[in-house]
Amino acid sequence: MSSDALVDLGPLRRASRWRPAEVAFWLLPVVAYFVFPENHLLLSQIAIVALFALSLDLILGYAGIISLGHAAFFGIGAYSAGLLAKNGIADPIVGLVAALVLSALAGFVTSFLVLRGSDLTRLMVTIGVCLMMFEAANKLTRWTGGTDGLQGIEMKPVLGLFRFDMVGTTAYLYALAVLFAMFWIARRIVHSPFGMSLSGIKQNVVRMPALGTPVHRRLVAIYVIGAGYAGVAGALLAQTTQFVSIDVFSFSRSAEIMLILVLGGTGGLYGALLGTIVFVVAHDRLSDLNPQYWQFWLGLLLVVVVLFARDGILGALRRVAAMARRRPA
Amino acid sequence: MSYALQTVGLTKKFGGFVATDNVSLDVATGSRHALIGPNGAGKTTLINLLTGFLEPSAGQVLLEGSDVTALSQHERVKRGVARTFQINRLFADMTVLESVLLGVCERRGLATRWWRPLGAHADALDEAAQLLVQLRLSELANERAKNLAYGKQRLIEIALALAAKPRVLLLDEPAAGVPTSESRELFETIARLPRDVTVVLIEHDMDLVFRFADRISVLVSGAILVEDVPEKIAADPMVRQLYLGEAAHG
Repeated sequence: MSSDALVDLGPLRRASRWRPAEVAFWLLPVVAYFVFPENHLLLSQIAIVALFALSLDLILGYAGIISLGHAAFFGIGAYSAGLLAKNGIADPIVGLVAALVLSALAGFVTSFLVLRGSDLTRLMVTIGVCLMMFEAANKLTRWTGGTDGLQGIEMKPVLGLFRFDMVGTTAYLYALAVLFAMFWIARRIVHSPFGMSLSGIKQNVVRMPALGTPVHRRLVAIYVIGAGYAGVAGALLAQTTQFVSIDVFSFSRSAEIMLILVLGGTGGLYGALLGTIVFVVAHDRLSDLNPQYWQFWLGLLLVVVVLFARDGILGALRRVAAMARRRPA
Repeated sequence: MSYALQTVGLTKKFGGFVATDNVSLDVATGSRHALIGPNGAGKTTLINLLTGFLEPSAGQVLLEGSDVTALSQHERVKRGVARTFQINRLFADMTVLESVLLGVCERRGLATRWWRPLGAHADALDEAAQLLVQLRLSELANERAKNLAYGKQRLIEIALALAAKPRVLLLDEPAAGVPTSESRELFETIARLPRDVTVVLIEHDMDLVFRFADRISVLVSGAILVEDVPEKIAADPMVRQLYLGEAAHG
């Protein structure tokens, strides 16, 4: 007898399908392109920060690895792409691949420090690693420009066709295309057996070895992937702004991305994207209204979200959707 | 006689406390071996040593004749040793099917596949479905573990262990906390396991132990007091006084 007849496999088979709400969500950036032609630069920033938040969701939301130093990989990606372009290899895609490889390598090397010990230890070690990167960039002024930042980056056209322009149209479409491609890959990963085993580790780390899972190896794998993702985000920033500031390595960048992810909701991929949209737009609007005190409103927003929607915007939306489904019945 | 599992002078000390005291155990292939003893006798510690959850202070663990003392937990699972936990260790937010499939994928070496979705691995899916049928969990396949009754959760514990297709299955109080009516059903499930699977069982319900086991070891203060067939154990005056007497009062 086929197992379909014995057990209802439908829900599991459907779990990885694209839902209408997801398709609708991905129409938003397309709509935004036409509705906000003046704001392509801001939109490109959103896409880049969203990719960075996504990278943190992969390690924190799915594997439960807490990090307050994730900017280390963002920064390595940014400097890799920036330095490469300054030294004559100015093709954007080549720069992205180089940033991916180097930041993933950095993730691999540091994983052995980070993945030891408990959450608190991890928090400390990730902060420490990022601080060291900051000071290294600060010290190596010959290459990095130190606190002046890395200036004079000139990129070739994307795919040899699309020149970066002043209003940020190319930057936006380029960042958006990279974000979507990497989101799509991340989505495949989290629905795969590998992704499921990460959720298993997050939900019950004691049980996993008893299933035959080499837990540490699995965590190293996702940490490396997350580092690579962060590196690509950093590279996008360097390429689209043609500048790398030393605060790509700053603590506040690591803290901010954590904040964005918590605001949006962890462990659902879309939380990272939603959190970014709300955060970056709020930042932009509020700092326009009041350049000095805008953080007050941001703080208030955070407190409200944490009080009334502990699982972030994504969690709140899911509850609303579940209620809406129940009502007509 | 061939042995599925043996220990040689196995000892575990926590500081000055000896939790497992020079235990040498021979579990014959295919046997149903029960570990009994009063609370704190070191039964769970022994299971933890057998699975590699704990490292012994001294002694060896042999699996089908080869020394596995240095192997970690997940490596021993690959060699055919699986366990259940005394307190449920489940994946609260996963469905029953997903949980079991996770175990099946792990055993089949599919758990590092990162491209095709979980539900697309048809052979693993078939096997997981069969396992749910075997444990009479098929109706609950798409329920989340956290929403199920305790007795059903205990069945998932066993399903997760069986997903590893063990040759040696260690059951740490599988019926603990389960109402009597359900524990009977649970033990019927365990009794239906193929005879070539060796089962080591910790259980407090003496009725179940004497019905199920063909060999019993009595543990007291970390050491084996006596080991024999159930009839001899039931008649042993030392055991009656030390353990069964207590249980009769309790």
